[in-house]
Amino acid sequence: MSRFQAVVVGASAGGVEALLGIYGQLPTNFKLPVLTVLHLPDERHSQLAEVFERRLNRPVRQARDKEPIEAGMFYFAGPSYHLSVERDFSLSLSQEERVHYSRPAIDFLFDSAADAYGAGLIGVLLTGANEDGARGLASIKRKGGLTIVQDPAEARVAVMPQAAIRLQTPDHILSLHGIGCLLAELERSTC
Amino acid sequence: MSNSPADQSLQPAAERHIDIEIRLLIEAIYLTYSYDFRDYSGASVKRRILHALRQMECGSVSSLQARVLHEPTAFMELLQYLTIPVSEMFRDPEHFLALRREVVPLLKTYPSVKVWIAGCSTGEEVYSMAILLREEGLLERTIIYATDINPTSLEKAKQGIYSMESVRAYTQNYQRAGGTRSFSDYYTAAYGNAIFDSSLRANVTFADHSLATDSVFSETQLVSCRNVLIYFNKGLQDRAFGLFHESLSRRGFLMLGSKETLDFSAYSSRFETLTRPERIYRKS
Repeated sequence: MSRFQAVVVGASAGGVEALLGIYGQLPTNFKLPVLTVLHLPDERHSQLAEVFERRLNRPVRQARDKEPIEAGMFYFAGPSYHLSVERDFSLSLSQEERVHYSRPAIDFLFDSAADAYGAGLIGVLLTGANEDGARGLASIKRKGGLTIVQDPAEARVAVMPQAAIRLQTPDHILSLHGIGCLLAELERSTC
Repeated sequence: MSNSPADQSLQPAAERHIDIEIRLLIEAIYLTYSYDFRDYSGASVKRRILHALRQMECGSVSSLQARVLHEPTAFMELLQYLTIPVSEMFRDPEHFLALRREVVPLLKTYPSVKVWIAGCSTGEEVYSMAILLREEGLLERTIIYATDINPTSLEKAKQGIYSMESVRAYTQNYQRAGGTRSFSDYYTAAYGNAIFDSSLRANVTFADHSLATDSVFSETQLVSCRNVLIYFNKGLQDRAFGLFHESLSRRGFLMLGSKETLDFSAYSSRFETLTRPERIYRKS
């Protein structure tokens, strides 16, 4: 049986290009669900899924409350709601306070996904100008999941990957290209 | 930073049994105080409890449980963390605009109207609804039931006092929601606060009511329940939809939050969609 069941990804400033870089490398039959929190001003958020769907030419969807997570689907957190994974592998939204001025917060997605998937989770943290996600990535590692951080030297803004590396040593520190290759490889080895 | 709600880090020993401890705490709350959080969405409940742990300076969920069991005041404190009082007036203005354009003309055909605002929190939705109904000439023949499980929130709702800072943001919402007057007509500013006109709540009944444990108390023509159901699991969502369905008169209206739908619910076939983006449904 496969080890990995899902990928969670967090990014902030510079994140759109970084995500397009990684997701563009993944094969169209990539089977793991990919859940993304990208910090954006609320008004730019709403079109995110459509933009990525067009650019990647694969199904991308804004996450909906109580929706069961589907294999191979790419989900983006929508504006002004936190996104979590429930123990039954469905999605839930909430409007708790902002974390590091952000809602959706990467930490909330990562923490809850770590609880749900344990060792079956891959966590990826990319470029960004605040420290959201570092703590969540540490949760993923603690629960036995695999953690990947973008090389701060390559990141458009290094604050977010640096904060994650400071808090715990990730399994991999890689360029965007390296992250794309590794995800593709890990997914192949899961089936 | 250690007080950040995202801080889920506990000592490894404390983390080992955290899921069991949370279940026991929720069960203890239910058995002692009849507040039922057993079917709330787990991820959010866990965060709220961990946040409460730090705020209430408890070292473990078990020690919080002991306090909650023995001290009703500790339970009331915990309840403030468990319920999420994030609200604003005319939140999602386009929803209120749709309510005004699509629903109000039909409500006007009734000799009297009953509205249920379920999960009214600190009252922002109640005053928004009352203002809209007044501008449409309906408020005087409407009864609004505003219910919540949190007595502290209900008390705030009855006061109708909000900070001027937040009211400035609500003013924009009000205008985008199709408001026909000056928003400041509805409140008196004093000491940095806006005190809302008490005549707005003349026909409002504030009441303690739980969608998890209570039953229907009145027939209504419009139910507004926004940003409450996202905190429930599917089973509890269906219970709530069942109550709304039972309460609504024939062809009554249901208004949900911008991210809430009947789509994944057992009740989806018993309502029709009136305006999809604004989440207004009508009992079939």
